Amino acid sequence: MLATNLRRVFKNALLSFSRNAWVSVATVSVMVLALFVVGSLMFFQVLLSSTLADIESKVDVSVYFKIDATEQEIVSVRDLLLGLPEVKNVEYVSREAALEAFKKNHEGNALITSALEELGENPLNATLKVRAKDPGKYESIAKFIEDGSFLSIDKVNYRQNKAIFDKLTMILSVSRRVGAGVVTVLSVIAFLVAFNTIRLAIYTARDEIAVMRVVGASNWFVRGPFLVEGALYGVLATIVTILIFWPLTLWLGPKTKDFFGNVDVFQYYTSHIFSIFFTLLFIGIVLGVLSSFVATRRYLKL
Amino acid sequence: MNVSNMIYFNNVTKIYNSHLVALDNVTFSVEPKEFVSLVGQSGAGKSTVIRLLLAEEKPTSGEVFFESLNVHQLSRTQIPHVRRRIGTVFQDFRLLPTKTVFENVAFALEASGREDAEIAADVPHVLELVGLGDKMDYFPRELSGGQQQRVAIARALVNRPEVVVADEPTGNLDPGNTWEIIRLLQKINELGTTVILATHDKEIIDTIGKRVLTMENGRITRDDKHGRYVL
Repeated sequence: MLATNLRRVFKNALLSFSRNAWVSVATVSVMVLALFVVGSLMFFQVLLSSTLADIESKVDVSVYFKIDATEQEIVSVRDLLLGLPEVKNVEYVSREAALEAFKKNHEGNALITSALEELGENPLNATLKVRAKDPGKYESIAKFIEDGSFLSIDKVNYRQNKAIFDKLTMILSVSRRVGAGVVTVLSVIAFLVAFNTIRLAIYTARDEIAVMRVVGASNWFVRGPFLVEGALYGVLATIVTILIFWPLTLWLGPKTKDFFGNVDVFQYYTSHIFSIFFTLLFIGIVLGVLSSFVATRRYLKL
Repeated sequence: MNVSNMIYFNNVTKIYNSHLVALDNVTFSVEPKEFVSLVGQSGAGKSTVIRLLLAEEKPTSGEVFFESLNVHQLSRTQIPHVRRRIGTVFQDFRLLPTKTVFENVAFALEASGREDAEIAADVPHVLELVGLGDKMDYFPRELSGGQQQRVAIARALVNRPEVVVADEPTGNLDPGNTWEIIRLLQKINELGTTVILATHDKEIIDTIGKRVLTMENGRITRDDKHGRYVL
């Protein structure tokens, strides 16, 4: 009995879907738009967060040691810094390595090369490059170093860069918040549009619902096909959306790679295709079924 | 209330929007196998009687019984079971536009949970009965009004209901089709099914010559055993 009813519910859903082809196409199209917006926002989030993380990783505080600081002193300061909860990592650049890098940077410059030779000894300091887990924490890290009054430390470049640090921290946090706000607002709009389209489709069937009920169909027998149809809209819309993203990200991939540093949306799309597909599928089905459920409810009251 | 009553309205009042009185203290009963014509002008309350019987609406006060079941005390899941025992025919046919003639009639059986084999056998049979055996794969829009109404009657009959309720079934039909529908209803009644026919067509009432309930302004003003249309 239950199996028979279930089979009939699916049969009636497919019949209604194909015989109201025009309504079905319109509803799926709107659903595609909604899922396309959601999918685009997923890509946008990835680009935004990777760009921000990229910028963040370029920020550090350099601790310059006196020329005569021993390696042991430097290592002990490094270990102290690594012990701080705010610190993400510490990179040690020895005097020799600093000189190598400096020489390499000014390879073609005869004046600097000859000046270095004239000097005879290495004029560069050893440095520790400190990265915080969160750019807002540089203040406390710098303070820790300054308050420690380590004799071997020459200077910390935090104070002179403080204005830039603060501004960057603010930009990063505002970008994240604006990004989240944009994602939320656009998602809500997309959902509402899809929801109302399905409501409208069911509104056109309200007389049929009344007929079915008067003939003695139970509420679930009437409602079932609409829920199945809603799920079907979601499934088809997901497939179409995924297919649209293929050429689109392929085309956009190189451009985003140039613009956003190291993120290629096409690469992201192909490597995350299953999680994108199932996320959209989940959203599509829930949206379709839930909209149908809400829309039929008002025609199924006593 | 008499045990043999098939349908019993007990002091039923229906007020819409707290001031529009559609039914005013209506009491009547219908016995099994009766043919009852419900007569009155538009707005007299005929359709409200039918809507209350089908539990499409709740009465403001009073009780409606179908086979000793108080229709308005049934739970939401029980109401469909009562509706399957009452065949309904309406002025505007109320067919499902995206289903074929066969599927429209089959829907009533599917909704009742009947077996496929039973549906495959019963639907053509009842469509033959109303003279549409050759139109099973047509859609309602491809049929004339009279044919559509015969589909509706087939759908009302297919569940072998104890009573068929027809609300102005000929209101949208030409005279030729009107008489075909009335003859069909008479035949259904002769085969043992109770028929309640709501109409304001004087000629029909006078020809049928069976029990007539006359309604005026939400009240039953006459109940004649072999009635004529008197207004």
